[in-house]
Amino acid sequence: MKYSDKAMGMKPMSIKQRKLLQLLFYFFGTLIVLLWLIPIFIAIFTSAKSMDEIMVSKMMWAPPHQWIFSNYAKAWKNVGIAHYVMNSFIVTIPSVIGSLLIASLGAFALAFYSFKANKPILITFIAGMLIPFQMLMIPVYRFSDATGLINTYTGIILFHIAFQLGFCTFFLRNFMKQIPFSLIEAPRIDGAGDFFIYRKIVLPLSISSMAALAVLEFTWIWNDLLWSLILLQQDKLKTVTLGLANMQGEFITNYNMVAAGSIIASIPPLIVFLLFQRYFISGLTVGAEKA
Amino acid sequence: MPWFFLALPLTMYLVWVVFPVLQSLLFSLTSRDSIMYGEKKFIGFSNFIRLFQDPQFLLALKNNLIWLIFFVALPIPLGLGIAMFFDQDLPGSRIYKTLFYVPMTLSFAVIGTIWAWIYHPDFGVLNTFLRAIGWSSAAKQWLGDRRYMTIALVIVGVWRQVPYVMILYLAGLKNVPEELIEASMIDGASWGQKFRRIIIPLLGPATTIAVTISIIDSLRAFDIVYVMTNTKARAAEVLSSYMYSSAFFYQDYGYGSAIAVIQFVITLGFIMVYVNNSLKNEVQR
Repeated sequence: MKYSDKAMGMKPMSIKQRKLLQLLFYFFGTLIVLLWLIPIFIAIFTSAKSMDEIMVSKMMWAPPHQWIFSNYAKAWKNVGIAHYVMNSFIVTIPSVIGSLLIASLGAFALAFYSFKANKPILITFIAGMLIPFQMLMIPVYRFSDATGLINTYTGIILFHIAFQLGFCTFFLRNFMKQIPFSLIEAPRIDGAGDFFIYRKIVLPLSISSMAALAVLEFTWIWNDLLWSLILLQQDKLKTVTLGLANMQGEFITNYNMVAAGSIIASIPPLIVFLLFQRYFISGLTVGAEKA
Repeated sequence: MPWFFLALPLTMYLVWVVFPVLQSLLFSLTSRDSIMYGEKKFIGFSNFIRLFQDPQFLLALKNNLIWLIFFVALPIPLGLGIAMFFDQDLPGSRIYKTLFYVPMTLSFAVIGTIWAWIYHPDFGVLNTFLRAIGWSSAAKQWLGDRRYMTIALVIVGVWRQVPYVMILYLAGLKNVPEELIEASMIDGASWGQKFRRIIIPLLGPATTIAVTISIIDSLRAFDIVYVMTNTKARAAEVLSSYMYSSAFFYQDYGYGSAIAVIQFVITLGFIMVYVNNSLKNEVQR
């Protein structure tokens, strides 16, 4: 109770004063959120207007006179958003699952074994997650080209997994460090193998932090533009972010289609965030915060 | 036994991250043709000397510096303020946090498109607003005038970064024990003292993370510039977009790698701060 009289650092408040403070919180909270989300309202308005209205009224911020929700169906079918969204799922889902699972292996090793290379490997993972991605662009492009991984989903998925390993390993290791060592030691004395301990004890205990991580990873990979640009150079393979970025040039006047497409493209990461947000901040507290 | 678990992640990491970094360092010392045709021709630091005589590179460097300054000066205090404001145990406060976070879930392709409409010189909301309050002289060609382009793009980045910083601080505020704040009340600390003596020091680690991440993000700025200028408007060039066009339009891999190495060198110091900070917390635990 932060708005209790103690926490506000004032003399004890009457109920009336407390109610007033709460009212102020809701008033300013609503104001801040409304102001910050203006760009999103504009996108929603634009997506439901007719092209005539956009061109004639010239008020891109105003709500539509008539809400035309069929724009969404049109963007979905005619402009090819459906296809791009499908491609994004094909790339994002295996990438997220792969990076979480593979990173959990590395995190387990770094959290529960003491060996000489532990710290250097950890530092490599941390440094790698912060490196400017430009350092990877040319070599990864050339490697993909040489191995035939360019213009394949396998190629970009493997790259996403590898590139996200730095952050995921670091994040999960920090979480696993907090698991009491006795939980690991006891089954070991009973003769359980290490993989069994990883699989049956550590992994189930890490579910909440993996959920938080999944939200971040899903958002990042779904929204990636650069690597799709470099590794997926055929239109039929393109993800929705890349498709939308290109639509800007092609459908320069079809603002309503671009807006509807943008909103459709934003729904999956938003749903993932809403589904897992319960874990999100608490998961981050352990992971990134201990960083 | 640890190697059994590390084998797969470490191999993938070496192939796609560690090895490419080393390769880029090497490429930056070679001439353009040597990478394309396979014969390695080392030209020493010529690419770097060329860079610092290249006005377009210097412009990109300057623009990136503007990004960096704005990314620290705006999102940090705004994110902290908003996190502290929303961090209340009141019914519904979580809805505010969730809504405020929404910009972070959008892609730059989407964000860039929306903001291009906001900045539209004739019917964008920004200029309309400025004219409505009688300040027509402030209504500019935001994305058409080279003087304002970078600032216009940075603001878009800041808009997305503030919710991220808020989340980092919300996580940090969870570590501030309430008893500590209450104890300071009993000692009769004022709100200002409380903020200075308790909250700020306890949020120190969160601040280090937020500042480091924001600086690194500012140096990674690419998507907004790509989407909102289509890399044609070279006045808003940043290091990553210049690197992209050097490497992938002009096929000058050596030169592009040199730009990447400069970015790497700039980032290195901040990476070290971050690593240091992570390992320091370790000892305390």
